[in-house]
Amino acid sequence: MTGPDAAGIEQTGPSNPPRAGATESGPTDRDTSEPRSSAGAQAPMPVAPAPAGVARGGAGGRVERGRAPVRRDPTRFDPRIGRRATFGTIFAIVCFLATMVGILVLATLLIDIFRDGWSRLTFEFLNRFPSRFPARAGVKPALAGSIWVLGLTALISFPLGVGTAIWLEEYAPDNRFTRIVETNIANLAGVPSIVYGILGLALFVRAFAIGRSVLAAALTLALLILPVIIIASQEAIKAVPNSIRLGAYALGATRWEAIRHQVLPLAMPGIMTGTILALSRAIGEAAPVIMVGALGFLAFVPSSPLDNFTVIPFQIYNWVSRPQLEFHELAAAASIVLLALLLTMNGAAIWLRNRYNRKL
Amino acid sequence: MSAIHSPEGPIELEARDLSVHYNGAPAVRSVSLRIPGRRVVAFIGPSGCGKSTLLRCFNRMNDLVPGASVTGAAIFQGQDLYGSGVDPVDVRRRIGMVFQKPNPFPKSIYDNVAFGPRINGFRGDMDELIETSLRNAALWDEVKDRLDSSALALSGGQQQRLCIARTLAVEPEVVLMDEPASALDPIATQKIEELIYELKQDYTVVIVTHNMQQAARVSDYTAFLYVGEVVEYGPTQALFTNPTEDRTEAYITGRFG
Repeated sequence: MTGPDAAGIEQTGPSNPPRAGATESGPTDRDTSEPRSSAGAQAPMPVAPAPAGVARGGAGGRVERGRAPVRRDPTRFDPRIGRRATFGTIFAIVCFLATMVGILVLATLLIDIFRDGWSRLTFEFLNRFPSRFPARAGVKPALAGSIWVLGLTALISFPLGVGTAIWLEEYAPDNRFTRIVETNIANLAGVPSIVYGILGLALFVRAFAIGRSVLAAALTLALLILPVIIIASQEAIKAVPNSIRLGAYALGATRWEAIRHQVLPLAMPGIMTGTILALSRAIGEAAPVIMVGALGFLAFVPSSPLDNFTVIPFQIYNWVSRPQLEFHELAAAASIVLLALLLTMNGAAIWLRNRYNRKL
Repeated sequence: MSAIHSPEGPIELEARDLSVHYNGAPAVRSVSLRIPGRRVVAFIGPSGCGKSTLLRCFNRMNDLVPGASVTGAAIFQGQDLYGSGVDPVDVRRRIGMVFQKPNPFPKSIYDNVAFGPRINGFRGDMDELIETSLRNAALWDEVKDRLDSSALALSGGQQQRLCIARTLAVEPEVVLMDEPASALDPIATQKIEELIYELKQDYTVVIVTHNMQQAARVSDYTAFLYVGEVVEYGPTQALFTNPTEDRTEAYITGRFG
């Protein structure tokens, strides 16, 4: 048995320079299962010739590399530690200022809204219908409409978006068609929302004859946020290590089982974060819902997806465009309601995400 | 070349003129070798010699690598694994695999082991199966009181043994191991090696390793691969003490690799 010999070979890598070339390629080749295809394909070629030459060379088996003289001359370096540290400090300050600009603007906006609207924000305000008398006007149908539209939008866009992302990441072959689809989804995310409004009007309201309804608005907003949900979900699915998939396959899992039981639960927090952010955008949109026919004055709360509707952003727009100061205060109060709705949604998202994470 | 060697005893797995290409580049070239049942067979060779690729042929994991194509036959108990009508999902349940880096699912210890049996329609006593699997992977005593805690809280060596337990839980006949100890410290490695020695009573084990001492310690037969070919294959003791090929000798004595 050549036990001792073998030991020497395996454990004295660093003191054995000729092997360096081969061993260096080792970790990258073996390290992960993810880039297996390329590693497996390319590794044998470059590694092969060198050892072969050595083997044939026979005796000693050492390849002497030409060594360059090592000079240790301090004058050849100018570390300038102080200067580099200063740059670091300046950079940190610039980043801090960038953060502060955003925070200050946002704080100003919030303070302004709360100063104008806080006094108008009462339970009656939430529970009354619009009126041409500011003292009697309320936000009830707009709030209900926003919740209706939001709920339907989520129901429509979540399965479509996540389904698309799963197909693109887990099933689609890597070909020209897939790449074209992915590129166009990214482009769609940049289309102005008013264009989606026009599409919704032509397609859902007129062609499908759904009318100026909650459903038409939800379908339009679902289209609007679909690209964002797809891209966020794709990223979340991509972030699941391939070793998890391989581990599932190696136990005899089908592709569906690997996705359902291993990939999706891991990707779900990311998918939900993306979806909630997208829905937050949808809830604040006024332009597309105006296009599909949100009403400026609504004296009832929608009770089915095919009812007429209005939403908070449109109510705000409506009030702001009136001359009376009181209506401007109502608009500010409605903004606070919208912010509260958003916060509730984000809170729910965080709660859901933590629940998922805890299971892991 | 002594590429085809016939070990004693019934043959469990056989590669017959097996080649693998990645996008046209050959990784395994016409390999033929026979693996006896209830033995440990080690594949050794320098990085990129195709030993892992060859290993993955035996449970059709290469199917999952884009651009990989396999020709020839990989025969398991007389049946070609690449024959028509063979479902890779079924192959992988009967021929399990342990990977280089421990890859436990981010779930509880219990659920890690239970996943395979569940998807494969296990109808027996799950708790008992979990205990048996963990015992046979030499992990039970360390985790029996915390089966519900996350597998990610285990040490690297424990995680790898959990992955072995998970593999055993679907009751495979063969266990393939792709450098199972290379990411572990010496003590964890020793436990894995002891475990491999135990496993061969009930399973056929094929292990890929960079570590020649490890091959010498745990295996009954060793194949030395180089640039996609089996240079030499035979009883481990003979291959390490008296190799017939110059290249084998050069590799095991450290002249290259």
